[in-house]
Parts: sequence; structure tokens; C-alpha cells
Amino acid sequence: MKLITAVIKPFRLDDVRNALAEVGVQGMTVTEVKGFGRQRGHTELYRGAEYVVDFLPKVKVEVAVNDDLAERVVEAIIGAAKTGKVGDGKIFITELLEAHRIRTGETGDEAI
Amino acid sequence: MSSFMKRIVLPIILSIWPVVGWSQAIDTGDTAWILTSTALVLFMTLPGLSLFYAGLVGSRNVLSVVMQCFSIACLVSVIWVICGYSLSFGSGNAYVGDLSRAFLSGVEVDSVSGTIPESVFVMFQLTFAIITPALFVGAFAERMRFSALLLFSAAWVVVVYFPVVHWVWAEGGWLFDMGFRDFAGGAVVHITAGVAALVAAMLMGNRRGFPNSGPPHNLPMTVTGACMLWVGWFGFNAGSALGSSGGAGMAMLVTHISAAVASLTWMTCEWVKYGKPSVLGIVTGMVAGLATITPASGFVGPVGALFIGLAAGFGCFVATQYIKQTLKIDDSLDVFPVHGVGGMIGLLLTAVFSASAYDGLGLGDETIGSQFVIQLIGILATVVWTAIASFVLLKVVNAISPLRVSDDEETEGLDIVLHEERGYNL
Repeated sequence: MKLITAVIKPFRLDDVRNALAEVGVQGMTVTEVKGFGRQRGHTELYRGAEYVVDFLPKVKVEVAVNDDLAERVVEAIIGAAKTGKVGDGKIFITELLEAHRIRTGETGDEAI
Repeated sequence: MSSFMKRIVLPIILSIWPVVGWSQAIDTGDTAWILTSTALVLFMTLPGLSLFYAGLVGSRNVLSVVMQCFSIACLVSVIWVICGYSLSFGSGNAYVGDLSRAFLSGVEVDSVSGTIPESVFVMFQLTFAIITPALFVGAFAERMRFSALLLFSAAWVVVVYFPVVHWVWAEGGWLFDMGFRDFAGGAVVHITAGVAALVAAMLMGNRRGFPNSGPPHNLPMTVTGACMLWVGWFGFNAGSALGSSGGAGMAMLVTHISAAVASLTWMTCEWVKYGKPSVLGIVTGMVAGLATITPASGFVGPVGALFIGLAAGFGCFVATQYIKQTLKIDDSLDVFPVHGVGGMIGLLLTAVFSASAYDGLGLGDETIGSQFVIQLIGILATVVWTAIASFVLLKVVNAISPLRVSDDEETEGLDIVLHEERGYNL
């Protein structure tokens, strides 16, 4: 099992959600986060007063999947979240040791 | 000129020759319009200016500026009754009124001022006394202690505002007698508030982290307040005709024109200089246009208003950048560059665009040059007196009750530290 964590531009979230549903992902966790990468922050101007914004709003999507689905999930996220401009985000993949469905007590692949 | 006659000449005649038997009749149309204008001008402060300022500060200070504007409105109302009206419009000498009208002595239900009940005149003028100190709240937003603000505001209206009203608008005031033209308060309201703001900002020092001390927390709130100011300003300027005359109509028209032109001008300046037109820019231009046309609104025509709006948008934009970026003074909500500079530009241009040759309503016996000199004297006197008195008052208040919160308190936010509440519990 893999945990796929994607940090994306907020306005790509709907497309990413739909793309993930198409490849068979049945659930996900979404968090509003702030951060920066190579895009760095940006500067806003209020009556000529500069305000430097260091951390930009992003959305973090977490998906737990079976090993054989992981590659297609990554492709789906890239396909839906890519704008080609700096700041499109990152995808991290980690090994998932265990999973439990709380309601039924199922574990492993069955629980995802 | 009819408004000028009604506001200034007629009261003099009536007071000097009451025995001639001119009846001091109340005009119901005039009275209705000034009652309406009074409501409009109070609406400028509560909630117009309060929301305008509240949106511009950080979310942890939103209540503090609303509280400052609201409490000033209440405090000045009480002082106005006790001595404010008397010091402003009591006979006194050339520099300040006496205490003959203290506690509104002599204001009866059938007292007349011009063609309106004196009670209406008292109330109308009170709304001007309210908004003036409320304006300078923007200079030291997010860092002034509330008790010091109350002390300073109370002392300031007595020492600065009431005397300047007397100079400019009361019979026997020295600028009034000189022929200084300040129709609705370019010097009385905007220069006094603007200069006090600049002095306070310099004396109290910049906010922590300035110039990167946080963006406006709610610009739609600021735009809402700004729009209320625009509407309320019709009462401010057209109401200053003190009647429902053609002069009032023309004042409303030129007020609107100047606001529109100045909005577009500020927007264009930003677009050219920074690459994008901003919402905050266009509404700030509007306020600058309104402040600038204020002294001129009873004397100029529509074409003059176009030029005054242009000068307001450009002049106040440049002044704002200069104060913030070059002088690095944290007049936090730009009170001086918008109101102070706008008032000065408007007063000077009043001399030009009052002239019939430039679409104005006429200069009487003066020429553009001679009127310009009178305007300059009025501006200088107002600036110097306001600067000195504000400086001394701030020093005195600081000795009694410190002006500024501690660094930690400033970081935590004035809403919790001073008022034990939060603007948003989401």
C-alpha cells in the first residue's frame, strides 16, 4: 500500500478529484495548507505599500491506494494539476504500513 | 453665490438690523434639506468611515478602530453641548468664540439661524465636529491606547477644531472677515485632521514591521465604507449651502464629478506605475476627490470640478507614495496625504476655479491672485496652529497616559488587549 500526498494549486482541486475518481480512487483527504517552493512568495501592493506574502495558499490531497494503482494515481494527479507554470506543486509517495476500516475492522487492501 | 449670501451675508444683516423688521422666517424646504444632510454626515462617520478604516487594518485590530470612531462620536457630542458650539459660533473675538452659548444656552425650539431652526444648525455642525477627529484615527491605527485616544481627542477638538471653525465660519472670525473661501471644511476639517494625523504618526512612531506590517484584512468592508462616504458627502457639501437652493444643487453636482474623476485618476496612476489597477486605489482616489472638492464645492462649476478631481487624484497619489516610501512615515491609513494634501489642493484651486472665466460662480471683489493669497494665508495658519497644538497635546497626554501600547500588546492585537473581544470568532 502507498500513501500518495500531493500539494497542488487550490483551483486545480476539482479537476484532480475528478481524475482520481476516474482511475478508481474511492476516498481522499483534503487540507488547505500554506507553503512555498521554487515559486517563492509574491508581493502585494496596497496604496504603494508593499506587503510580501511568503507562504502561498495550496491544497494538500492525501490518497491511500493499493500498490498496483499507485502509478496511475500519480499520472492522474499530474495530468489534472499541471498548468506548466512554476508553483504547480509536488507529489510525495510513502510506504503505508497498515490500514484499518473503523466500521468493519477490515485491514490492509480491503480497508482502502 | 446665493448660498454664500444665505450662509454668510444674510445672518450678518439679520443680526445687525433686527429692528428693521426683517422676519427671521424658517424656510421649510431649507430645514428639510439640512435635517437630511445632518443624517447623511453622521452616516459618513457611523458607519461609513468606521467600516472604511476597519477593513484596512489587520483582523486583530478591527474592533479597535470601530471603537475609536464610535466613542469619538459620542464624546464630541457631549463636548459640543458643553462648550463646543459656543467656542465655535459664540461671538467671542476673532480667534475663538466665548462661552455665552455654553450648554447650548439660548437654543430654543423657535430659535432661528439663517432660514433654519438653530437646533438644526447646531446638530448639522456637530456632525462635522464628530468626523474630524474620527478621521485622524487612521494615522495611528493598530498601536494607540484607547484611554490616550479619548484624552487627546477631547483636548484636540477644544484647542484646535473649535477655534479653527470660529476663524473660518463664524461671524467675526479673522479668516471669515478676510474672505477666506472654505465652503464645507477643506481647512476646518481636512487640513486639521490631516496635519494632526501626520504629527501623531511621527510622534508615535511606525508600527512594528513597517512597511511590511500586514495587508488590509477585508477590502470589501473598506469599499462598503467608502461608498457610504461618497453618498454621505452630498450632505457634507450640499448641506453646507445651509439651504435647499441652487447652490446646494451645484455643490452636489461638483462633488460627484470630482469624486468620479479622482477615482479614475488614482486608478490610472497605479495602473501606469505598478502595472495593475487596484480596488483600494480607485476608492482611495474617490475619497481624495471628495476631500479636495470640499472647500470649493460652493464656489466652482462642473468644469472646474473636472480639473479639481484630476488634481486630487494625481496630487494625493503622489503624496501617498512620498510619505510612505520616501519619508517612511507610517501614517497607517494615509490620512495626511489624502485629507491634508487634498484639502490644501482644493483650497488653492478654489481661488482659480471660483472665477467666472473658469466656469466658477464668481470671485466678488477679489481677483484670482488676491484670492489665492488669502487661501494661502488660511492654509498656513491652519497648518501651523494644528501642528503646534497637536504636538503639545500629544506630549501632555503621553505624560498622563502613554500614547502607545507595548510591543507585545501590539503583536497580540488591540481588540483582545484593550477591549477583551475579537472581531471574528469563526
